[in-house]
Amino acid sequence: MLSLKNIQQTFHPGTVNEVRALRGVSLEIPAGSFVIVLGGNGSGKSTLLNAVAGSFLVDQGTINLAGSDITRWPEHLRAKHIGRVFQNPFSGTAPNMSIAENFALATRRGKSHGLGWALHRKLRDSLRDRVRTLKMGLEDRLDNAIGSLSGGQRQALTLLMATWLKPDLLLLDEHTAALDPKSADQVLQLTAQIVAQDKLTTMMVTHSMAQAVAHGDRLVMMHQGNVFHDFSGADKTRLRIEDLLGYFDDLRRRDLMDESAAAMLREQYV
Amino acid sequence: MDLLLGALTLGLITSLLALGVYISFRLFEVADITVDGSITLGAAVTAILLVHGWNPLVATAAGTLAGAVAGLVTGFLQTKCGVNPLLSGILVMTALYSVNLRVMGQSNLSLMDSKTQKFYGLTAWAEEFGKKLGGPWHVLAWDVKAGDLVLLGGMALVVVLVALAMYLFFRTNFGTALRASGDNPQMVRALGVSVDTCRIVGLALANSVVALSGSLLCQYQSYADAQMGIGSIVTGLASVIIGEALTGTRSLGFAICGTIIGSILFRQLVALAMLGDIKPSDLKLITAVCLFFALVLPQLWKKIRRPKANAIP
Repeated sequence: MLSLKNIQQTFHPGTVNEVRALRGVSLEIPAGSFVIVLGGNGSGKSTLLNAVAGSFLVDQGTINLAGSDITRWPEHLRAKHIGRVFQNPFSGTAPNMSIAENFALATRRGKSHGLGWALHRKLRDSLRDRVRTLKMGLEDRLDNAIGSLSGGQRQALTLLMATWLKPDLLLLDEHTAALDPKSADQVLQLTAQIVAQDKLTTMMVTHSMAQAVAHGDRLVMMHQGNVFHDFSGADKTRLRIEDLLGYFDDLRRRDLMDESAAAMLREQYV
Repeated sequence: MDLLLGALTLGLITSLLALGVYISFRLFEVADITVDGSITLGAAVTAILLVHGWNPLVATAAGTLAGAVAGLVTGFLQTKCGVNPLLSGILVMTALYSVNLRVMGQSNLSLMDSKTQKFYGLTAWAEEFGKKLGGPWHVLAWDVKAGDLVLLGGMALVVVLVALAMYLFFRTNFGTALRASGDNPQMVRALGVSVDTCRIVGLALANSVVALSGSLLCQYQSYADAQMGIGSIVTGLASVIIGEALTGTRSLGFAICGTIIGSILFRQLVALAMLGDIKPSDLKLITAVCLFFALVLPQLWKKIRRPKANAIP
């Protein structure tokens, strides 16, 4: 379904701010799998997701999705295959437009936007039914500006919007990180429910180990722009938070070792 | 009464300008100075075609279309060339000054046929139609020429049609995407819409409405002038802001109606000011001062109503 081959991306090349964000990531994700992408700050996990979504075009490597080579596709064309929820609850919805109008856009994701009436009655009815399942009481506020809602409500709606048309790939970029614990839990439950129900191929970036352990059927651990561990099947099911902490400790010691080794070499040879 | 009636007609004509400014200023959050050039462009194209004997409706349509092209260029500069939005407006406005002079062939073009002493254009149609109706008519104890009333009615009809078309367009799928692209570009891209295309089309639309305003304006005043567009953006902004103060921004329909009412009100204010001892040359100053107050008063009002936070020692 999604196939990444040797993805490399460097930001600000040739300057003091040079960041080698992705250093040859290769990943095969079959249809229907729910992949958790875990990693510390600056490990490249969000960059990987943005590379797939097309926020930038990668320096090297190829991206194949649903049978097409999308490596050079601009972001808005990839949207035909990809549903997205962002970390910032404000990113996924147009604040000054009503809930209904936001959904009217989402129901045409990747389709042509002709001069048809945006908010027809049929859409309103099905919208009301779907929003009612959120149990947030939003079905009676469809004409309210979405900016008047809380972050949790907006994120739940964004999730519903991203999956209204069943996407080939669902990208969740730390979509609960900016929410309070209760809303985060709510949105996460909803995510698990929708993903299971529609059998969506999903990549979920998180830095919460609890989330990483509890969800998904595969876990990819990223470090310094590369995949360091890849657990699936029974290995993923067996994973506990303590195990993950252990792996993170390994990585940390490895980094320290790199530094101390470099210092030692410097002393001897410089 | 003539003055107020004239101000009302003029207010309706400039409400089209204000609607165009509303699109760029409120939907895309750019004060698009292109309008200073495109309003003149609409007038220039219409005027030169009328002088060459074209049908007024065709001339008006051509002027409107020319404005759309101007907006297209500004949009292209902003999106595909990455020029700062404000700067790209300034660039196109400056370029249009020369273009307008080229189009007209001179800096001032009268819409009067020198042989027959007759005027060209829609205004002349309205006057002839008014003569057939007879008159003068009594309106609120004043004698009013039938032609003036026909003109007023005609302009009102045009404004209502344009406003309605705009409202309906912005409720379509594409129109909704266009509004969203100004509100949250990131989201719109994630939903598969090209933000660049939206912006270009939006600015073309805005400037075509502005050019229509210029086209009607030159026919109303029976001349086109290379300088007539200066300060249009300020007039447009003032109308938009007055409108928002009146109707709020609750919904698209309210905002569109508010903008039209704001424009008419603004013209009446200017007309009242002109009744005093003020020269026509002071008009731009008055306009700027009015906009200043329209911009500052809402903030001032907020400051007065909200108590100041105490500094923590």
